[in-house]
Amino acid sequence: MKRHIDLREMSQTKRDPLTHLENEDLMPLPTPLDSPAKDHAWTPLSQTAKNKYECGLDDTCAITVPQPKTPEEEKQLVAKFLSGLEKLFTKENNWTFLQPLLLTMEHCTGCQTCAEACHIFEASGGNELYRPTFRSEVLRRLYFKFVDGGGLLSAWQHGDIQLNWPLVARLAELSYRCNLCRRCAQTCPIGCDNGLVGHELRKLFSQEMGINSKECHDSGSMLQLKVGSSTGMNAEVVKDNISFIDEDTSEKSGIEFRTPWDVEGADVLLIHNAGEIMAWPENPGAFGLILTMAGINWTMSSEIAGYDSINYGLWYDDAQFARVAIKHAQAAQKLKVKKIVLGECGHAHKALSVIADRVLTGELNIPRESGMTLLREIVMNGKIKFDPSRNDFPVTLHDPCNMVRLMGVVEPQREVLHKLCPKFREMEPHGVDNYCCGGGSGFAIMSGNNFQDWRFHVSGRKKLQQIFDAFSDCIGPETPKYLCAPCSNCKGQFRDMLAYYDLWEQNRILYGGLVELIVNAMVDVKPGFIEWEWH
Amino acid sequence: MTIVVYAAICLGLAIFIIGCVGRAVQYAKLPIHLRWEVYPVPHEEPSRVAHGGSYFEDSDWWTKPRHRNLGGELRVMIPEILFLKGLWEFNRRLWLPSFLFHFGLYLLIGTAVLVGIGSGLPLLVPSLAGGNLWIALAALYKITGYAGAILSVVGALLLLLRRATDQDLKNYTKPADFFNLLFFIVAFAVVAAGYVLRPSGSAGIGDVARGLFHFDAKVAVDGLFGTGLVLASALVAYIPFTHMAHFIAKYFTYHLVRWDDQPNVRGGSIEARVAQYLTYRPTWSAAHVGADGKKTWVDVATTNPTQEVRK
Repeated sequence: MKRHIDLREMSQTKRDPLTHLENEDLMPLPTPLDSPAKDHAWTPLSQTAKNKYECGLDDTCAITVPQPKTPEEEKQLVAKFLSGLEKLFTKENNWTFLQPLLLTMEHCTGCQTCAEACHIFEASGGNELYRPTFRSEVLRRLYFKFVDGGGLLSAWQHGDIQLNWPLVARLAELSYRCNLCRRCAQTCPIGCDNGLVGHELRKLFSQEMGINSKECHDSGSMLQLKVGSSTGMNAEVVKDNISFIDEDTSEKSGIEFRTPWDVEGADVLLIHNAGEIMAWPENPGAFGLILTMAGINWTMSSEIAGYDSINYGLWYDDAQFARVAIKHAQAAQKLKVKKIVLGECGHAHKALSVIADRVLTGELNIPRESGMTLLREIVMNGKIKFDPSRNDFPVTLHDPCNMVRLMGVVEPQREVLHKLCPKFREMEPHGVDNYCCGGGSGFAIMSGNNFQDWRFHVSGRKKLQQIFDAFSDCIGPETPKYLCAPCSNCKGQFRDMLAYYDLWEQNRILYGGLVELIVNAMVDVKPGFIEWEWH
Repeated sequence: MTIVVYAAICLGLAIFIIGCVGRAVQYAKLPIHLRWEVYPVPHEEPSRVAHGGSYFEDSDWWTKPRHRNLGGELRVMIPEILFLKGLWEFNRRLWLPSFLFHFGLYLLIGTAVLVGIGSGLPLLVPSLAGGNLWIALAALYKITGYAGAILSVVGALLLLLRRATDQDLKNYTKPADFFNLLFFIVAFAVVAAGYVLRPSGSAGIGDVARGLFHFDAKVAVDGLFGTGLVLASALVAYIPFTHMAHFIAKYFTYHLVRWDDQPNVRGGSIEARVAQYLTYRPTWSAAHVGADGKKTWVDVATTNPTQEVRK
């Protein structure tokens, strides 16, 4: 691995990647994954991908930017990038984040405190390309040179940079080597925010050049706006699926219930990440059962996007973000519900509760609440009887960044686990100091080319280490263990990463949500709601 | 030299104040952004600050009174400002040089304030002139002045050494970073040397300050000391136009970004300001945005691009 990568190499015209990662270079993992030689070999990028797309950054290719066919096309793309760069620093185009962006551009001292906090930088073995300040420094130099006036004095003060197509293409890819978890921002003594830089770069590429992750855009926010959900489910399909889930859950639990749809004036509009309905049906089933047993007056909505809390625009595009957030609020407005409750999805929590807060004005400003607080209230108020001994297996909790560090919902889920799971143990660090699962900012759904190799080997590596450490006293396969991840995207990452390392077969580590643990401990439910099977 | 020193000090301070105010106003005038807080937020209820929780942990949080915990903010701000607690926690290697440098600066700023008080107060209260106040202040400011100069120069030298030798900083160190640190070292070293080595009978810092307040051109300022004061004044004037003005930025990055958890309420001031921003007309070019410079943000946000394409 090349240890030092000079910033100027971003502009190099050779298409060779700037870095190459080997297992030996990465942060060591605990036993039994401690041998780099036994670790999976990286799948090389196909020659087709190399010939077709811009793959000049590292060993992978996340967003498949097509290679321009002519020098003229390159020039046009660079001009377009420059135009987007200017727009990023105008209030008309970017009032949403202009103030924090300018502060980050103008005041970083380059102290590298952020690097110590970044799980990707650490897991990569300190690869310069993944240092949080690397991409920020590129944008910073571009800002001072092309937006703030530039000139010799500026270059002396802020550094110079050569703008060309190779740099633009690499920067686009590099904006997708950050989970946007903002652990770096938490530690910056000045308050600069490299996570924001990643977000703003993605925005520039998407809103000006139409360059984005296909999974987040074409089959993400666009599909959601078209049919109602990024899973592709329209209202009829989702109702059918939930109906099956209700039947299954009723049969499995021994308690009959049906999900109410489109109930006007309900106290609670529950919005799940619709991925749960497709991939982890036990989660919406358990949720429905709990709300019904608790006597909550709740409903789901069949309005467009009203049954899918996903809002991928959060990660790359303000326009798409606002459109989906408005759809969510309109669904609640139409039903005249008292509040929206968000299911187990971290980014949906932050998107609708925090980021959309200043977009949803007037009648659209309907109260939004975390599912964690409602579940805590239900578990603690004594209406439902629990038997914690049913959860007598080791449980640890993953803190979804969007819900915890970026929204401050820390304790409710812990109070539930402390009450219902006698063998609950924390990861270290945890709470607002947690590490990202490695699937944040869309990575969990991105698997084009060999990108999965990168997100398992690099972005998920620190979390993998934490999971092993949390279960170090019972890591063998004789003890089934439960990794509680109250977030669909995190679960997507865990599903793929645990399977990649075969940790269910080898170590009996199962992942799942919080509601499954709650239902598993309910006295009135038939024992064994959690099925110790890989899914 | 005396007049040059007076002019430099006045000009340096004036540029510094104008530069700082200008920079603060520039940031303050920007639109309020979408919420982008990072927890822990220290003005939350004390019971929540310990684990970094927010009011979102409450059921029906919008019906509960909001707590303002100024004490919580001060408990973060004071150790951060005085002792650079963030670096101590997250970047221990950098803490010592940075702490020495910054604490030295604080002592020098304190020195300037003490000298200012000692020289300026008698103008308002003549009976204080020549009394014990000045003797006491002079004793104090000599201690803070020497300590400040030594700490800040040592700190700056260590920071300079780190910049020059640490490969991790190579990509992020510009010529100006070396210049800035050298500027501090040279300016403070010359002031200190000039003060210590000045001939007997020539003006000290208190004499210069008193002379400045009385516009007394007869005060004899030694060449080396005067050069140091001119350099220090130039440094003060230079700071607001560099990233060293992060003391201004920190108010905004902490209070208005990292800790800004103020919810938008119907009919509130945030809603009113956002309503204005929603009338801006973006010009983003990507087809799915549908911005043409005529549509407002409201138009863009309420357009469904998938339906537009079908038309």
